[in-house]
Amino acid sequence: MSAESGTRVPPVIITEDNAFFFEAAAERRLEIQQCAECGRLRHPPTPTCATCRSLEWGVVEASGRARLVSATVIHRPIDPAFEYPLVVGLAELEEGVRIVADMPGVPPESLRDGMPLRVDFATHAHGMLLPVLRDAGAES
Amino acid sequence: MSGGIARRAAIAGIGATEFSKQSGRSEWSLAAECVTAALDDAGLRADEVDGIVLFTMESTPEIALARALGIPQLTFFSRIPHGGGAACAPLQQAALAIAAGVAEVVVVYRAFNERSGHRFGAGPPAFAYNPTIDQEYRNWINPYGLLAPAQQEAMFARRYMWDYGVTSEDFGRVAVAQRDFASTNPKAWFFERPITLDDHQASPMIADPLRLLDCCQESDGGQAIVVVSRERARDLRQRPVVIAAAAQGIGDQQISMSSYSRPDIVAMPEVDLVAKQLWAQAGVGPADLDAAILYDAFSPMVLLQLEEYGFCGRGEAAAFVADGHIGRGGSLPVNTHGGQLGEAYIHGVNGIAEAVRLVRGTSANQPGVVDRVLVTGGTAVPHSGAVLEADR
Repeated sequence: MSAESGTRVPPVIITEDNAFFFEAAAERRLEIQQCAECGRLRHPPTPTCATCRSLEWGVVEASGRARLVSATVIHRPIDPAFEYPLVVGLAELEEGVRIVADMPGVPPESLRDGMPLRVDFATHAHGMLLPVLRDAGAES
Repeated sequence: MSGGIARRAAIAGIGATEFSKQSGRSEWSLAAECVTAALDDAGLRADEVDGIVLFTMESTPEIALARALGIPQLTFFSRIPHGGGAACAPLQQAALAIAAGVAEVVVVYRAFNERSGHRFGAGPPAFAYNPTIDQEYRNWINPYGLLAPAQQEAMFARRYMWDYGVTSEDFGRVAVAQRDFASTNPKAWFFERPITLDDHQASPMIADPLRLLDCCQESDGGQAIVVVSRERARDLRQRPVVIAAAAQGIGDQQISMSSYSRPDIVAMPEVDLVAKQLWAQAGVGPADLDAAILYDAFSPMVLLQLEEYGFCGRGEAAAFVADGHIGRGGSLPVNTHGGQLGEAYIHGVNGIAEAVRLVRGTSANQPGVVDRVLVTGGTAVPHSGAVLEADR
């Protein structure tokens, strides 16, 4: 655990397979891995395509439009990296893959199956800029 | 199935330390005590042990246990990863070793200070900070606040509610049934402390929809199991409890604690994979089970396993529980020791011991004659299970 901040969030583990995601997020872009052979998108990242086994891949930038698949509202235990109650969502991007991200400012009582979301970026533990999920319906 | 491990090995002994919130002693000491108790139960000497199988998460390695107990020769030792998901996998390893003639007396133990030492519920364990592919999955959940198992499994529970109209009260009925069993088990944390559905509904939210009383205990203690061949077991102190089947499973596109990218996150393919192996090995089906010990880190996982193991259909577990099937006097008593919700959290190995007591007829909540019982490991992680039965 980090001696500086007291957070229990482990530092992310950067590999040759996933570095693109964090580099893009630092520039407020959500990038998703795409198989260079068969074109399938995949997330979380892997070194190979589980469909065609190709080692070749590129990335596509996601639109940021998504829908809620599941969510939790965390009350305890608390970690200094977050404010509680902490809403965390599982979102399906319109491109078809899913991400987990926290949903700062989204009221727990507003959570519902399929609610429209928009991916934004905010500073997380260890100073990392990472995705957050906003309520796209509340914004429109 | 010809060959294989079905009904080749049997559990000859079980032994445990006290289950507490603060053991006041080392995990090594807990391990040594529970293994000694299990060997005494079987009527075996320490110097007859030649195999040890452990969780990778066990802090007392076989080499230290062997030294502490004066076990002079070990010919088989192995370790299974993935925490409580592994719970029944050491039985499979033991049965394989015995069937292959690699070892004759195999000991399995899990001993830890999980409450007074590192609490799993508090957040990532020390090994989470190792920059390995084993821990890389945390990249996609931990930075967003999903740090502890309750928070990670809450995602499955919420989707289950949305898909099937399951409610917090439905989870609560599992919590109440298991605390009822715990209330008459002197070894249980909830001994003489039954709870009501109102108590459940009033308990604080931990990770919505999981309330405090949906969550397992955090416990200090050790539990050991002794496995020998079925023939050898017949010459020992206890009636043999036969390992009719034992299996492991990793399912399609599984990610530790967070297989969130599957089209249906309520289904658990690794559990189905274990179930199919168990039924094939043992030549039985869910209707042939007299009781079940279903790994209960959180109460929704009991419902999901009832469905995945085929005791009821998809989406039907809440009604199955409301009809009283899993409780005292039910058609399929589940977690008669109180489970990890009510007895103690010994990573599922205390559940194996309860399955043995049920077949022996010595459970604190013995529901009549039990010829065959299912016992399972944790879900969301790679899974394991076993079918134990009387030697008839």
